[in-house]
Amino acid sequence: MIKNISNLGDAALYCDFGNEVNKSINSQVIKYFKTIKEKKFEGINNLTPSYNKLIISYDLKKTNFKEVKNYVENINAQDSKDINSKKLEIPVCCHENFSMDIKRLEEILKLSREKILENFLNKEYFCYMTGFIAGMPFLGDLDENMRAQRLETPRVKVPKGSVALTEQFANIYTFESPGGWNILGNTPLDVFDSSKEDKPNLINPGDTVIFKEITLDQYKNYNEQ
Amino acid sequence: MSNNYLDIIRPGINTTFQDKGRDHLYHIGIPFSGAMDNRNYLIANKLVNNNLDSAVIEFAYQGPHIKYSGEKVNCAITGDVIFSIKKKDTEIEGKCYESYQIENGDEINIISTNKSVYGYLALGVEFDLKFQWNSCSINTKANIGSNDGKKLDAGQRINLKKINSNKDIKKTNYINTKIENIRVIKGTNFDYFSEEGKKIFYEKEFIVSKLSDRMGMRLEGPKIDNIVNTNIKSEGLIKGVIQVPADGNPIIMLSDHGTIGGYPKIGVVASVDYDRLVQMSPGSKIKFKEINLSDAETLFKLYEMETQNLISQI
Repeated sequence: MIKNISNLGDAALYCDFGNEVNKSINSQVIKYFKTIKEKKFEGINNLTPSYNKLIISYDLKKTNFKEVKNYVENINAQDSKDINSKKLEIPVCCHENFSMDIKRLEEILKLSREKILENFLNKEYFCYMTGFIAGMPFLGDLDENMRAQRLETPRVKVPKGSVALTEQFANIYTFESPGGWNILGNTPLDVFDSSKEDKPNLINPGDTVIFKEITLDQYKNYNEQ
Repeated sequence: MSNNYLDIIRPGINTTFQDKGRDHLYHIGIPFSGAMDNRNYLIANKLVNNNLDSAVIEFAYQGPHIKYSGEKVNCAITGDVIFSIKKKDTEIEGKCYESYQIENGDEINIISTNKSVYGYLALGVEFDLKFQWNSCSINTKANIGSNDGKKLDAGQRINLKKINSNKDIKKTNYINTKIENIRVIKGTNFDYFSEEGKKIFYEKEFIVSKLSDRMGMRLEGPKIDNIVNTNIKSEGLIKGVIQVPADGNPIIMLSDHGTIGGYPKIGVVASVDYDRLVQMSPGSKIKFKEINLSDAETLFKLYEMETQNLISQI
Protein backbone atom coordinates (compact mmCIF):
# COMPACT_ATOMS: atom_id res chain seq x y z
CA MET A 1 0.00 0.00 0.00
CA ILE A 2 1.02 3.62 -0.42
CA LYS A 3 2.67 4.77 2.80
CA ASN A 4 2.90 8.42 1.96
CA ILE A 5 2.02 10.82 -0.84
CA SER A 6 3.93 14.07 -1.31
CA ASN A 7 4.60 16.46 -4.16
CA LEU A 8 7.57 16.28 -6.49
CA GLY A 9 7.73 19.84 -7.74
CA ASP A 10 4.41 21.39 -8.74
CA ALA A 11 3.38 18.91 -11.44
CA ALA A 12 3.88 15.43 -9.97
CA LEU A 13 2.77 13.21 -7.11
CA TYR A 14 5.40 11.16 -5.28
CA CYS A 15 3.83 7.94 -3.98
CA ASP A 16 6.06 6.16 -1.49
CA PHE A 17 5.48 2.42 -0.95
CA GLY A 18 8.42 1.93 1.42
CA ASN A 19 12.19 1.75 1.34
CA GLU A 20 12.84 -1.94 0.81
CA VAL A 21 13.33 -3.41 -2.61
CA ASN A 22 11.51 -6.70 -3.08
CA LYS A 23 9.02 -8.31 -5.42
CA SER A 24 6.13 -7.87 -3.04
CA ILE A 25 6.46 -4.07 -2.76
CA ASN A 26 7.25 -3.80 -6.46
CA SER A 27 4.06 -5.65 -7.39
CA GLN A 28 2.05 -3.18 -5.29
CA VAL A 29 3.61 -0.34 -7.29
CA ILE A 30 2.79 -2.11 -10.57
CA LYS A 31 -0.79 -2.67 -9.40
CA TYR A 32 -1.35 1.04 -8.81
CA PHE A 33 0.46 1.93 -12.01
CA LYS A 34 -1.77 -0.33 -14.13
CA THR A 35 -5.00 0.71 -12.42
CA ILE A 36 -4.31 4.45 -12.81
CA LYS A 37 -3.11 4.01 -16.37
CA GLU A 38 -6.32 2.25 -17.36
CA LYS A 39 -8.61 4.80 -15.68
CA LYS A 40 -7.26 7.78 -17.63
CA PHE A 41 -7.93 10.53 -15.08
CA GLU A 42 -8.16 13.91 -16.83
CA GLY A 43 -4.83 15.71 -16.54
CA ILE A 44 -2.67 12.76 -15.45
CA ASN A 45 -0.08 12.02 -18.10
CA ASN A 46 3.15 10.19 -17.29
CA LEU A 47 3.38 7.44 -14.71
CA THR A 48 6.75 6.14 -13.57
CA PRO A 49 6.74 2.97 -11.49
CA SER A 50 10.05 2.00 -9.87
CA TYR A 51 11.16 -0.45 -7.15
CA ASN A 52 9.08 1.09 -4.40
CA LYS A 53 7.83 4.46 -5.67
CA LEU A 54 5.28 5.61 -8.20
CA ILE A 55 5.56 9.08 -9.69
CA ILE A 56 2.41 10.45 -11.26
CA SER A 57 2.92 13.49 -13.46
CA TYR A 58 0.07 15.74 -14.42
CA ASP A 59 -0.64 18.70 -16.64
CA LEU A 60 -0.76 21.72 -14.37
CA LYS A 61 -3.01 23.44 -16.89
CA LYS A 62 -5.70 20.82 -16.27
CA THR A 63 -5.40 19.72 -12.66
CA ASN A 64 -3.29 20.17 -9.53
CA PHE A 65 -1.68 18.37 -6.61
CA LYS A 66 -4.73 18.39 -4.38
CA GLU A 67 -7.06 16.93 -7.00
CA VAL A 68 -4.69 14.18 -8.10
CA LYS A 69 -3.78 13.28 -4.51
CA ASN A 70 -7.43 13.01 -3.59
CA TYR A 71 -8.05 10.83 -6.61
CA VAL A 72 -5.14 8.47 -5.88
CA GLU A 73 -6.05 8.16 -2.19
CA ASN A 74 -9.51 6.96 -3.06
CA ILE A 75 -8.61 4.62 -5.85
CA ASN A 76 -9.28 0.92 -5.57
CA ALA A 77 -6.16 -0.63 -7.08
CA GLN A 78 -6.95 -3.87 -8.82
CA ASP A 79 -4.68 -6.87 -9.15
CA SER A 80 -3.47 -6.89 -12.68
CA LYS A 81 -4.58 -9.81 -14.83
CA ASP A 82 -1.92 -9.79 -17.47
CA ILE A 83 1.02 -11.48 -15.84
CA ASN A 84 2.60 -12.52 -19.06
CA SER A 85 6.20 -12.73 -18.00
CA LYS A 86 8.89 -14.19 -20.19
CA LYS A 87 12.23 -15.82 -19.52
CA LEU A 88 15.01 -14.32 -21.64
CA GLU A 89 18.63 -15.14 -22.34
CA ILE A 90 20.84 -12.14 -23.05
CA PRO A 91 24.29 -12.62 -24.64
CA VAL A 92 27.04 -10.57 -23.01
CA CYS A 93 30.69 -10.12 -23.91
CA CYS A 94 32.97 -9.24 -21.00
CA HIS A 95 36.15 -8.74 -23.03
CA GLU A 96 38.40 -5.95 -21.73
CA ASN A 97 37.24 -3.78 -24.66
CA PHE A 98 33.88 -3.57 -22.91
CA SER A 99 34.37 -4.15 -19.16
CA MET A 100 35.39 -0.56 -18.48
CA ASP A 101 34.95 -0.77 -14.72
CA ILE A 102 36.26 -4.27 -14.01
CA LYS A 103 39.32 -2.93 -12.15
CA ARG A 104 37.16 -0.67 -10.03
CA LEU A 105 34.84 -3.60 -9.26
CA GLU A 106 37.80 -5.85 -8.36
CA GLU A 107 38.97 -3.22 -5.89
CA ILE A 108 35.58 -2.46 -4.35
CA LEU A 109 34.33 -6.04 -4.18
CA LYS A 110 37.76 -7.53 -3.34
CA LEU A 111 37.06 -10.30 -5.82
CA SER A 112 38.98 -11.44 -8.90
CA ARG A 113 37.68 -10.78 -12.39
CA GLU A 114 36.92 -14.50 -12.81
CA LYS A 115 34.95 -14.65 -9.58
CA ILE A 116 32.96 -11.49 -10.45
CA LEU A 117 31.97 -12.96 -13.83
CA GLU A 118 31.12 -16.33 -12.33
CA ASN A 119 28.86 -14.72 -9.72
CA PHE A 120 27.24 -12.50 -12.31
CA LEU A 121 26.54 -15.21 -14.87
CA ASN A 122 25.26 -17.90 -12.48
CA LYS A 123 22.20 -15.97 -11.53
CA GLU A 124 18.63 -15.44 -12.63
CA TYR A 125 17.43 -11.84 -12.54
CA PHE A 126 13.99 -10.31 -12.08
CA CYS A 127 13.03 -7.15 -14.01
CA TYR A 128 11.65 -4.57 -11.57
CA MET A 129 11.17 -1.67 -13.96
CA THR A 130 12.28 -0.14 -17.23
CA GLY A 131 13.43 3.38 -17.90
CA PHE A 132 16.14 6.01 -17.41
CA ILE A 133 16.67 5.65 -21.15
CA ALA A 134 14.17 3.97 -23.44
CA GLY A 135 13.82 0.28 -22.67
CA MET A 136 16.58 0.00 -20.04
CA PRO A 137 15.71 -2.89 -17.70
CA PHE A 138 16.51 -2.74 -13.98
CA LEU A 139 17.35 -6.30 -12.99
CA GLY A 140 17.82 -7.78 -9.52
CA ASP A 141 19.11 -9.05 -7.27
CA LEU A 142 22.88 -9.37 -7.23
CA ASP A 143 24.38 -11.28 -4.30
CA GLU A 144 25.58 -9.28 -1.29
CA ASN A 145 29.25 -9.64 -2.26
CA MET A 146 28.60 -8.17 -5.74
CA ARG A 147 27.23 -4.80 -4.68
CA ALA A 148 29.09 -1.60 -5.58
CA GLN A 149 28.07 2.05 -5.52
CA ARG A 150 27.66 4.25 -8.60
CA LEU A 151 30.60 6.22 -9.97
CA GLU A 152 31.12 9.51 -8.12
CA THR A 153 30.87 11.49 -11.34
CA PRO A 154 28.65 9.88 -13.94
CA ARG A 155 30.18 9.29 -17.38
CA VAL A 156 29.01 11.69 -20.06
CA LYS A 157 28.83 8.78 -22.53
CA VAL A 158 28.24 5.13 -21.75
CA PRO A 159 28.38 2.95 -24.90
CA LYS A 160 25.21 1.36 -26.23
CA GLY A 161 24.73 -2.22 -25.08
CA SER A 162 26.76 -1.81 -21.87
CA VAL A 163 25.79 -4.25 -19.15
CA ALA A 164 26.42 -2.55 -15.83
CA LEU A 165 26.02 -3.00 -12.07
CA THR A 166 25.08 -0.82 -9.11
CA GLU A 167 24.12 -2.01 -5.66
CA GLN A 168 21.95 -5.13 -6.05
CA PHE A 169 21.02 -4.37 -9.65
CA ALA A 170 22.18 -4.96 -13.19
CA ASN A 171 21.03 -3.07 -16.28
CA ILE A 172 21.60 -2.71 -19.99
CA TYR A 173 22.23 0.66 -21.67
CA THR A 174 19.93 0.47 -24.68
CA PHE A 175 21.54 3.60 -26.17
CA GLU A 176 24.67 5.62 -25.73
CA SER A 177 23.83 7.88 -22.83
CA PRO A 178 25.25 9.51 -19.72
CA GLY A 179 25.34 7.15 -16.78
CA GLY A 180 27.07 6.25 -13.54
CA TRP A 181 26.84 2.45 -13.30
CA ASN A 182 29.85 0.09 -13.17
CA ILE A 183 30.30 -1.37 -16.64
CA LEU A 184 31.00 -5.10 -16.79
CA GLY A 185 30.35 -6.04 -20.43
CA ASN A 186 28.31 -5.39 -23.55
CA THR A 187 25.47 -7.10 -25.37
CA PRO A 188 25.10 -7.03 -29.16
CA LEU A 189 21.33 -7.49 -28.79
CA ASP A 190 18.87 -4.64 -29.48
CA VAL A 191 16.94 -4.40 -26.24
CA PHE A 192 14.76 -1.54 -27.48
CA ASP A 193 13.06 -1.19 -30.89
CA SER A 194 11.17 2.04 -31.47
CA SER A 195 9.59 0.76 -34.68
CA LYS A 196 7.35 -1.46 -32.54
CA GLU A 197 5.19 1.26 -31.04
CA ASP A 198 3.00 -1.07 -28.99
CA LYS A 199 5.85 -3.22 -27.64
CA PRO A 200 9.21 -1.47 -28.01
CA ASN A 201 10.85 -3.12 -24.97
CA LEU A 202 12.41 -6.59 -25.19
CA ILE A 203 12.47 -6.92 -21.40
CA ASN A 204 9.47 -5.83 -19.32
CA PRO A 205 8.76 -5.63 -15.59
CA GLY A 206 8.11 -9.13 -14.24
CA ASP A 207 10.34 -10.93 -16.80
CA THR A 208 13.28 -13.10 -15.78
CA VAL A 209 16.66 -12.74 -17.43
CA ILE A 210 19.85 -14.77 -17.50
CA PHE A 211 23.12 -13.58 -19.07
CA LYS A 212 25.14 -15.90 -21.29
CA GLU A 213 28.79 -15.06 -21.90
CA ILE A 214 29.99 -14.83 -25.50
CA THR A 215 33.49 -14.29 -26.89
CA LEU A 216 34.66 -11.18 -28.72
CA ASP A 217 34.40 -13.06 -32.06
CA GLN A 218 30.87 -14.19 -31.31
CA TYR A 219 30.06 -10.61 -30.36
CA LYS A 220 31.44 -9.25 -33.63
CA ASN A 221 29.55 -11.81 -35.69
CA TYR A 222 26.36 -11.61 -33.70
CA ASN A 223 24.40 -9.28 -35.93
CA GLU A 224 25.68 -10.82 -39.15
CA GLN A 225 24.12 -14.22 -38.55
CA MET B 1 6.79 13.73 -54.35
CA SER B 2 6.53 17.37 -53.50
CA ASN B 3 7.08 20.60 -55.31
CA ASN B 4 7.64 22.48 -52.10
CA TYR B 5 10.70 21.71 -50.05
CA LEU B 6 13.58 22.95 -47.93
CA ASP B 7 17.22 22.19 -48.62
CA ILE B 8 19.52 22.28 -45.62
CA ILE B 9 22.70 24.10 -46.67
CA ARG B 10 24.13 24.19 -43.13
CA PRO B 11 22.37 22.32 -40.34
CA GLY B 12 23.57 24.27 -37.30
CA ILE B 13 24.70 22.70 -34.06
CA ASN B 14 21.62 20.96 -32.77
CA THR B 15 18.69 21.42 -35.11
CA THR B 16 15.64 19.18 -34.70
CA PHE B 17 11.93 19.04 -35.42
CA GLN B 18 9.88 19.51 -32.27
CA ASP B 19 6.22 19.72 -31.35
CA LYS B 20 4.32 19.23 -28.10
CA GLY B 21 6.24 16.03 -27.34
CA ARG B 22 5.14 12.73 -25.78
CA ASP B 23 3.55 12.84 -22.38
CA HIS B 24 2.67 9.23 -21.51
CA LEU B 25 5.73 7.02 -22.02
CA TYR B 26 7.93 7.55 -18.95
CA HIS B 27 7.16 3.99 -17.82
CA ILE B 28 9.04 2.52 -20.79
CA GLY B 29 11.82 5.06 -20.57
CA ILE B 30 10.77 7.60 -23.17
CA PRO B 31 10.93 11.22 -22.00
CA PHE B 32 8.77 14.19 -22.91
CA SER B 33 10.95 15.74 -25.60
CA GLY B 34 9.05 18.49 -27.43
CA ALA B 35 10.06 22.14 -27.75
CA MET B 36 12.30 23.16 -24.85
CA ASP B 37 10.86 26.68 -24.57
CA ASN B 38 7.15 26.04 -24.89
CA ARG B 39 6.06 29.68 -25.00
CA ASN B 40 8.33 30.56 -27.91
CA TYR B 41 7.21 27.39 -29.69
CA LEU B 42 3.54 28.37 -29.45
CA ILE B 43 4.16 31.96 -30.53
CA ALA B 44 6.14 30.78 -33.56
CA ASN B 45 3.23 28.64 -34.74
CA LYS B 46 0.69 31.41 -34.18
CA LEU B 47 2.78 33.89 -36.20
CA VAL B 48 2.45 31.70 -39.30
CA ASN B 49 -1.22 30.77 -38.79
CA ASN B 50 -0.47 27.18 -37.84
CA ASN B 51 -2.29 24.99 -35.38
CA LEU B 52 -0.47 25.56 -32.10
CA ASP B 53 0.71 21.94 -31.88
CA SER B 54 2.38 21.94 -35.31
CA ALA B 55 5.98 20.89 -35.87
CA VAL B 56 8.65 23.60 -35.88
CA ILE B 57 12.40 23.59 -36.37
CA GLU B 58 14.22 24.07 -33.08
CA PHE B 59 17.86 25.10 -33.08
CA ALA B 60 20.44 25.75 -30.39
CA TYR B 61 23.21 28.39 -30.62
CA GLN B 62 24.10 28.34 -34.33
CA GLY B 63 20.97 27.68 -36.41
CA PRO B 64 20.46 26.26 -39.89
CA HIS B 65 20.95 27.91 -43.28
CA ILE B 66 18.02 26.85 -45.44
CA LYS B 67 17.08 27.31 -49.08
CA TYR B 68 13.40 27.23 -49.94
CA SER B 69 11.85 25.99 -53.18
CA GLY B 70 8.18 26.21 -53.98
CA GLU B 71 5.16 28.46 -53.85
CA LYS B 72 4.91 31.42 -51.45
CA VAL B 73 4.90 30.56 -47.77
CA ASN B 74 5.15 32.41 -44.44
CA CYS B 75 7.88 31.90 -41.91
CA ALA B 76 8.70 33.33 -38.48
CA ILE B 77 11.47 33.00 -35.94
CA THR B 78 11.06 33.32 -32.17
CA GLY B 79 13.56 33.52 -29.36
CA ASP B 80 16.46 35.94 -29.27
CA VAL B 81 17.97 35.16 -32.65
CA ILE B 82 20.20 36.82 -35.23
CA PHE B 83 19.22 35.84 -38.76
CA SER B 84 18.83 37.10 -42.28
CA ILE B 85 16.54 36.41 -45.20
CA LYS B 86 18.15 36.42 -48.62
CA LYS B 87 15.90 37.24 -51.53
CA LYS B 88 16.79 37.50 -55.21
CA ASP B 89 18.42 40.92 -55.06
CA THR B 90 18.53 41.78 -51.37
CA GLU B 91 19.42 40.39 -48.04
CA ILE B 92 17.33 41.65 -45.14
CA GLU B 93 18.20 41.49 -41.49
CA GLY B 94 15.50 39.40 -39.86
CA LYS B 95 13.49 40.41 -36.83
CA CYS B 96 12.11 37.87 -34.39
CA TYR B 97 8.36 37.79 -33.74
CA GLU B 98 7.45 38.93 -37.26
CA SER B 99 6.33 36.72 -40.10
CA TYR B 100 7.91 37.02 -43.52
CA GLN B 101 6.75 35.72 -46.85
CA ILE B 102 9.38 33.70 -48.67
CA GLU B 103 9.26 32.42 -52.21
CA ASN B 104 11.07 30.08 -54.55
CA GLY B 105 14.86 30.44 -54.17
CA ASP B 106 14.83 32.48 -50.95
CA GLU B 107 17.22 31.56 -48.16
CA ILE B 108 16.90 31.79 -44.38
CA ASN B 109 20.24 32.03 -42.63
CA ILE B 110 20.08 31.67 -38.86
CA ILE B 111 23.42 32.93 -37.57
CA SER B 112 22.95 32.28 -33.86
CA THR B 113 20.90 32.76 -30.75
CA ASN B 114 21.90 35.78 -28.73
CA LYS B 115 22.82 35.19 -25.05
CA SER B 116 20.28 32.40 -25.02
CA VAL B 117 20.14 28.80 -26.18
CA TYR B 118 17.05 27.87 -28.22
CA GLY B 119 15.24 29.49 -31.10
CA TYR B 120 12.31 28.37 -33.25
CA LEU B 121 11.66 28.55 -36.96
CA ALA B 122 8.03 27.99 -37.91
CA LEU B 123 6.75 27.73 -41.46
CA GLY B 124 3.10 28.06 -42.41
CA VAL B 125 3.11 24.51 -43.71
CA GLU B 126 2.67 20.91 -42.80
CA PHE B 127 6.06 19.19 -43.02
CA ASP B 128 6.19 15.65 -44.39
CA LEU B 129 7.39 13.93 -41.21
CA LYS B 130 7.22 10.57 -39.51
CA PHE B 131 5.30 10.51 -36.24
CA GLN B 132 6.07 8.12 -33.41
CA TRP B 133 3.66 7.95 -30.51
CA ASN B 134 1.74 10.89 -32.00
CA SER B 135 4.70 13.23 -32.08
CA CYS B 136 7.37 14.11 -34.60
CA SER B 137 9.71 15.38 -31.86
CA ILE B 138 13.23 14.15 -32.42
CA ASN B 139 14.90 12.44 -29.50
CA THR B 140 18.48 12.03 -30.69
CA LYS B 141 19.50 9.80 -27.76
CA ALA B 142 16.93 7.10 -28.47
CA ASN B 143 16.64 7.91 -32.19
CA ILE B 144 12.91 8.41 -31.86
CA GLY B 145 10.71 10.68 -33.97
CA SER B 146 11.00 12.23 -37.41
CA ASN B 147 14.21 12.24 -39.48
CA ASP B 148 15.06 8.78 -38.01
CA GLY B 149 15.47 10.46 -34.65
CA LYS B 150 18.57 12.32 -35.83
CA LYS B 151 19.53 15.99 -35.96
CA LEU B 152 19.11 17.69 -39.32
CA ASP B 153 22.14 17.30 -41.53
CA ALA B 154 23.73 19.25 -44.37
CA GLY B 155 22.47 18.41 -47.84
CA GLN B 156 19.20 16.92 -46.80
CA ARG B 157 15.83 17.86 -48.25
CA ILE B 158 12.64 18.27 -46.26
CA ASN B 159 9.40 17.97 -48.17
CA LEU B 160 6.29 19.96 -47.37
CA LYS B 161 2.93 18.22 -47.52
CA LYS B 162 0.66 21.23 -47.40
CA ILE B 163 0.92 25.00 -47.36
CA ASN B 164 -1.43 27.12 -45.25
CA SER B 165 -3.97 29.04 -47.29
CA ASN B 166 -4.00 31.78 -44.65
CA LYS B 167 -0.97 33.90 -45.53
CA ASP B 168 -1.72 36.89 -43.30
CA ILE B 169 1.46 38.56 -42.08
CA LYS B 170 1.64 38.71 -38.28
CA LYS B 171 3.73 40.54 -35.76
CA THR B 172 3.96 40.79 -32.02
CA ASN B 173 6.08 42.69 -29.55
CA TYR B 174 7.56 40.18 -27.22
CA ILE B 175 10.73 40.48 -25.21
CA ASN B 176 12.31 37.43 -23.63
CA THR B 177 12.88 38.37 -20.02
CA LYS B 178 16.02 36.97 -18.52
CA ILE B 179 16.10 35.83 -14.93
CA GLU B 180 18.92 34.98 -12.57
CA ASN B 181 16.75 33.60 -9.81
CA ILE B 182 15.19 30.25 -10.59
CA ARG B 183 12.35 29.36 -8.25
CA VAL B 184 12.43 25.84 -6.84
CA ILE B 185 10.31 23.63 -4.67
CA LYS B 186 12.06 21.55 -2.03
CA GLY B 187 12.97 18.08 -3.34
CA THR B 188 12.08 14.74 -1.78
CA ASN B 189 15.67 14.22 -0.54
CA PHE B 190 16.29 17.77 0.69
CA ASP B 191 17.19 16.46 4.14
CA TYR B 192 20.03 14.36 2.74
CA PHE B 193 22.14 17.50 2.59
CA SER B 194 24.09 19.19 5.38
CA GLU B 195 22.86 22.50 6.82
CA GLU B 196 25.80 24.13 5.08
CA GLY B 197 24.87 22.35 1.82
CA LYS B 198 21.26 23.58 2.01
CA LYS B 199 22.51 27.12 2.63
CA ILE B 200 24.84 26.93 -0.34
CA PHE B 201 21.99 25.71 -2.55
CA TYR B 202 19.80 28.70 -1.76
CA GLU B 203 22.39 31.40 -1.24
CA LYS B 204 25.29 30.83 -3.59
CA GLU B 205 25.65 31.34 -7.31
CA PHE B 206 26.08 28.45 -9.72
CA ILE B 207 27.37 28.59 -13.27
CA VAL B 208 25.76 26.75 -16.17
CA SER B 209 28.35 24.30 -17.50
CA LYS B 210 29.17 23.59 -21.13
CA LEU B 211 28.09 19.99 -20.57
CA SER B 212 24.45 20.97 -20.94
CA ASP B 213 22.06 19.83 -23.63
CA ARG B 214 18.41 18.87 -24.16
CA MET B 215 18.79 16.11 -21.55
CA GLY B 216 20.15 18.08 -18.68
CA MET B 217 21.87 21.19 -17.44
CA ARG B 218 24.98 20.63 -15.37
CA LEU B 219 25.96 23.33 -12.88
CA GLU B 220 29.28 24.23 -11.34
CA GLY B 221 29.87 26.03 -8.11
CA PRO B 222 30.44 25.37 -4.42
CA LYS B 223 29.94 21.69 -3.61
CA ILE B 224 26.72 20.65 -1.89
CA ASP B 225 27.60 18.24 0.88
CA ASN B 226 25.48 15.11 1.37
CA ILE B 227 25.35 13.68 4.90
CA VAL B 228 22.96 10.74 4.44
CA ASN B 229 23.61 8.83 1.21
CA THR B 230 24.84 9.95 -2.18
CA ASN B 231 22.68 7.29 -3.86
CA ILE B 232 19.01 6.51 -3.57
CA LYS B 233 17.13 3.53 -4.97
CA SER B 234 16.50 4.50 -8.59
CA GLU B 235 13.11 6.12 -9.03
CA GLY B 236 11.18 8.29 -11.46
CA LEU B 237 12.28 11.75 -12.55
CA ILE B 238 10.42 14.64 -14.11
CA LYS B 239 11.47 17.77 -16.01
CA GLY B 240 13.08 20.27 -13.68
CA VAL B 241 14.29 17.86 -10.99
CA ILE B 242 17.64 18.94 -9.54
CA GLN B 243 19.77 15.92 -8.63
CA VAL B 244 23.04 16.15 -6.72
CA PRO B 245 25.45 13.24 -7.36
CA ALA B 246 28.33 12.40 -5.05
CA ASP B 247 30.60 15.09 -6.54
CA GLY B 248 28.26 17.77 -5.15
CA ASN B 249 27.49 19.48 -8.49
CA PRO B 250 23.78 19.80 -9.27
CA ILE B 251 22.27 18.51 -12.52
CA ILE B 252 18.86 19.78 -13.69
CA MET B 253 16.74 17.36 -15.73
CA LEU B 254 15.54 18.88 -19.02
CA SER B 255 13.04 17.72 -21.66
CA ASP B 256 15.02 14.70 -23.01
CA HIS B 257 16.03 13.57 -19.50
CA GLY B 258 16.44 10.00 -18.32
CA THR B 259 13.13 8.86 -16.87
CA ILE B 260 14.72 7.19 -13.83
CA GLY B 261 17.59 8.33 -11.65
CA GLY B 262 19.43 7.34 -8.52
CA TYR B 263 20.88 10.58 -7.22
CA PRO B 264 19.22 12.50 -4.38
CA LYS B 265 16.79 15.23 -5.41
CA ILE B 266 17.50 18.51 -3.65
CA GLY B 267 14.81 20.48 -5.47
CA VAL B 268 12.52 20.80 -8.46
CA VAL B 269 12.35 23.89 -10.70
CA ALA B 270 8.88 25.46 -10.57
CA SER B 271 7.01 25.01 -13.87
CA VAL B 272 6.68 28.80 -14.20
CA ASP B 273 10.44 29.18 -14.66
CA TYR B 274 11.12 26.23 -16.99
CA ASP B 275 10.97 28.12 -20.32
CA ARG B 276 13.42 30.70 -19.02
CA LEU B 277 15.69 28.14 -17.35
CA VAL B 278 16.35 26.27 -20.60
CA GLN B 279 17.43 29.51 -22.26
CA MET B 280 20.34 30.03 -19.84
CA SER B 281 23.51 29.50 -21.84
CA PRO B 282 26.80 28.06 -20.56
CA GLY B 283 28.56 30.56 -18.32
CA SER B 284 25.30 32.12 -17.08
CA LYS B 285 24.92 32.64 -13.37
CA ILE B 286 22.03 30.97 -11.66
CA LYS B 287 20.64 31.32 -8.14
CA PHE B 288 17.87 29.24 -6.60
CA LYS B 289 15.03 30.73 -4.59
CA GLU B 290 12.66 28.54 -2.58
CA ILE B 291 8.91 28.79 -3.05
CA ASN B 292 6.08 26.61 -1.75
CA LEU B 293 3.71 24.47 -3.76
CA SER B 294 0.73 26.79 -3.65
CA ASP B 295 2.77 29.81 -4.78
CA ALA B 296 4.24 27.69 -7.58
CA GLU B 297 0.76 26.70 -8.72
CA THR B 298 -0.48 30.30 -8.68
CA LEU B 299 2.59 31.62 -10.49
CA PHE B 300 2.23 28.99 -13.19
CA LYS B 301 -1.44 29.89 -13.67
CA LEU B 302 -0.46 33.54 -14.17
CA TYR B 303 2.33 32.58 -16.55
CA GLU B 304 -0.05 30.39 -18.55
CA MET B 305 -2.65 33.20 -18.71
CA GLU B 306 0.03 35.55 -19.96
CA THR B 307 1.02 33.01 -22.64
CA GLN B 308 -2.60 32.63 -23.75
CA ASN B 309 -2.96 36.43 -23.87
CA LEU B 310 0.16 36.81 -25.97
CA ILE B 311 -1.11 34.22 -28.41
CA SER B 312 -4.63 35.55 -28.63
CA GLN B 313 -3.27 39.00 -29.50
CA ILE B 314 -1.38 37.68 -32.51
